[in-house]
Amino acid sequence: MGKKRLRGRSPARTGALLAAGLMTTGLLAACGTGGGPMKINVYYAPEDNFQTVVDNCNKAANGRYEIVYNKLQRGADDQRIQMARRLAAGDTSMDILGLDVTWVSEFAEAGWSEEWTGQNKAAASDGVLQGPLETATYEGKLYAAPKNTNVQLLWYDDRITPNPPKTWDEMMQMSQQLKKEGKPYSIVFTGAQYEGLVVIYNTLVESLGGHILSDDGKSVVMDQGAVDALALLKQVTSSGITDPSLTNQKEDDVRQTFQRGNAAFELNWPFVYASYAEEKPQDLSHFKWAVYPEAKAGMPAKTTIGGYDLAVSTYSQHKPEAFEAALCLRSAENQKFSAINDGVPPTIESVYHNDVPLDPSKPASNDNPNMAIKYPMRDTILDALKTAAVRPLSPAYQNASTVMSKILSPPSEIDPPVTAQQLREQLSDALQSKGVIP
Amino acid sequence: MSHRKGKPVLSEGKKAERRLGLWLCAPAFIVMIAVTGYPIVYSIWLSLQRYDLRFPAQQEFIGFANYGAVLTSSYWWTAFGTTMFLTVVSVAIEFVLGMALALIMHRTLVGRGLVRTVALIPYGIVTVVAAFSWYFAWTPDTGYLANSLASGGAPLTEQWPSLFIIILAEVWKTTPFMALLLMAGLALVPEDLLKAAAMDGASAWQRFTKVMLPVMKPAILVALLFRTLDAFRIFDNIYVLTNGAQDTGSVSMMTYDNLVKGLNLGIGSTMAVLIFITVAIIAFLFIKVFGTAAPGTDDGGKR
Repeated sequence: MGKKRLRGRSPARTGALLAAGLMTTGLLAACGTGGGPMKINVYYAPEDNFQTVVDNCNKAANGRYEIVYNKLQRGADDQRIQMARRLAAGDTSMDILGLDVTWVSEFAEAGWSEEWTGQNKAAASDGVLQGPLETATYEGKLYAAPKNTNVQLLWYDDRITPNPPKTWDEMMQMSQQLKKEGKPYSIVFTGAQYEGLVVIYNTLVESLGGHILSDDGKSVVMDQGAVDALALLKQVTSSGITDPSLTNQKEDDVRQTFQRGNAAFELNWPFVYASYAEEKPQDLSHFKWAVYPEAKAGMPAKTTIGGYDLAVSTYSQHKPEAFEAALCLRSAENQKFSAINDGVPPTIESVYHNDVPLDPSKPASNDNPNMAIKYPMRDTILDALKTAAVRPLSPAYQNASTVMSKILSPPSEIDPPVTAQQLREQLSDALQSKGVIP
Repeated sequence: MSHRKGKPVLSEGKKAERRLGLWLCAPAFIVMIAVTGYPIVYSIWLSLQRYDLRFPAQQEFIGFANYGAVLTSSYWWTAFGTTMFLTVVSVAIEFVLGMALALIMHRTLVGRGLVRTVALIPYGIVTVVAAFSWYFAWTPDTGYLANSLASGGAPLTEQWPSLFIIILAEVWKTTPFMALLLMAGLALVPEDLLKAAAMDGASAWQRFTKVMLPVMKPAILVALLFRTLDAFRIFDNIYVLTNGAQDTGSVSMMTYDNLVKGLNLGIGSTMAVLIFITVAIIAFLFIKVFGTAAPGTDDGGKR
């Protein structure tokens, strides 16, 4: 509708025209959803090459349905809030939900995600590593298909530290030594008041053989291991070997600090490798990784599992197709593609041993990479995954995590027995979604 | 209006006119009730329930238990104290700076339009965008302020420096708004009055405090009231700068966290209702304290 044509008409007529216009638009929109193949809406975190995966699956669907990739926000909290808000209102336009591993129990308990049964269940769990599969399970039932997993490693520069530390004690000593020598010395990790700090703490607790919550996620344990982990966290953060911005740093800040050469040790997820390869290719050969340091010498670290699972929304109107599409999006072939292109670790064990390049008809090369070329840390990740720890599976995990990150922040001011007591009291309220979360 | 001096006798025509007036007002009245009244009543109703979106089966009426939980929580009072502190300090600074800016803009002889436009720029920038530039400026390595003023430190990771950076961001952004409102007040001051005062030997300061301020009182009331209510709802600057870490969160942030992030409708609504009550009290106090002293109101509200 041109502005010119409206000029000079009475307000009433303009109003009527506008109303007519709105109705027409509405009708057109309705036509849009009616025609063409059925749309399967995927709501998933931003992943650079995920659209290619979607395209692959659309080809495989052969016109029966068309998967649409709806990119969620970058921050995990924002992703969860957007999906929860729409599901709470019974939004039928969401079919497949990309859930962070800590949300599966919550969405299941709230009745927002459909249970996986029969053949779908068998296909979703076939050959999947134990840890990632556990994250998709709630009260013995499967509520999602593990798409990719994640586990933190120790990243270092072999020009500064040719031999990576085996334990936290060793790492702290090396850091002090480097500080004396005037070299980059700091140990960087996610210390901001958010889930990242809880991940670090959970890893330390599990590595020391302790527990924060009971296995069913219904009660608080906070045993000796959990208290010892508090002491260790305090020791690391109060002896001047962490970054000054520690309490404001999230994953990407940590990555950047290390990449700028301001740290000696970085504890972070494997996505840092792809970024490093892209931004500092000339130094890539010195960018090394090792398994997470042990909290207690002789006990392999139990690092916290991250990653995403794909769930089917209860309100979806195309459930059979949604299950099928979800299975395709996380098929072994597509998991390999995502690992090579986006650096996200696969959940299916066989993918780690797969040496077939992306285009199987040609030999493997830098332009046609296989896992070995673009994902050299795959064995370390697989080792770490075999001993990894799953965060407590509780529908109220978000509350528990908020409370924990608040009480643990700033980590340098932890007073182990007092902080432990605070955690015991406030976590039990949080688990019942009672009381105020900070 | 008509009640004040007893009921005057109305003619038939006047009555019909009044009925028509009421009918004409009715749609607006109904819409107002629907868009503002209903959510308020609904959130009061929600605040009396245990209602967590993740546990739909456990929804029940629990009376004032949520109020008990919030009002006995140290987190709530910490956030409340932080919010009050931020409000009082930032509004006080804004008032002084805003008044100075208003006087400058009022007296400018050349390029008045340009000066006013330039002064208003900070207010025109989206708060979140401005907050991000403050955030980066105060982050070591990337920020010019952190590197030049606080070398080696990371001010946004400590409580007091963070609070002052939040205040700085607030003051920078909303002083122009304050100045704009105060400038409108300055326009109320008759030149004759100032000239007469000058003739009587009043100094510039005396003219300001004894003539301008009293005449401007209604405008000052509006400016302070608006800014105080606005400042009490502070959210975006804190969200970007510290995300409420190190006890820098406001009551609005806490409400958001409990309601939207925690999906706890009961507790979140309780907090929203408490904020609503606090805002109402602030508005009431302002009008009580300033209202009776404002010129024109002491002669029976005839103005």
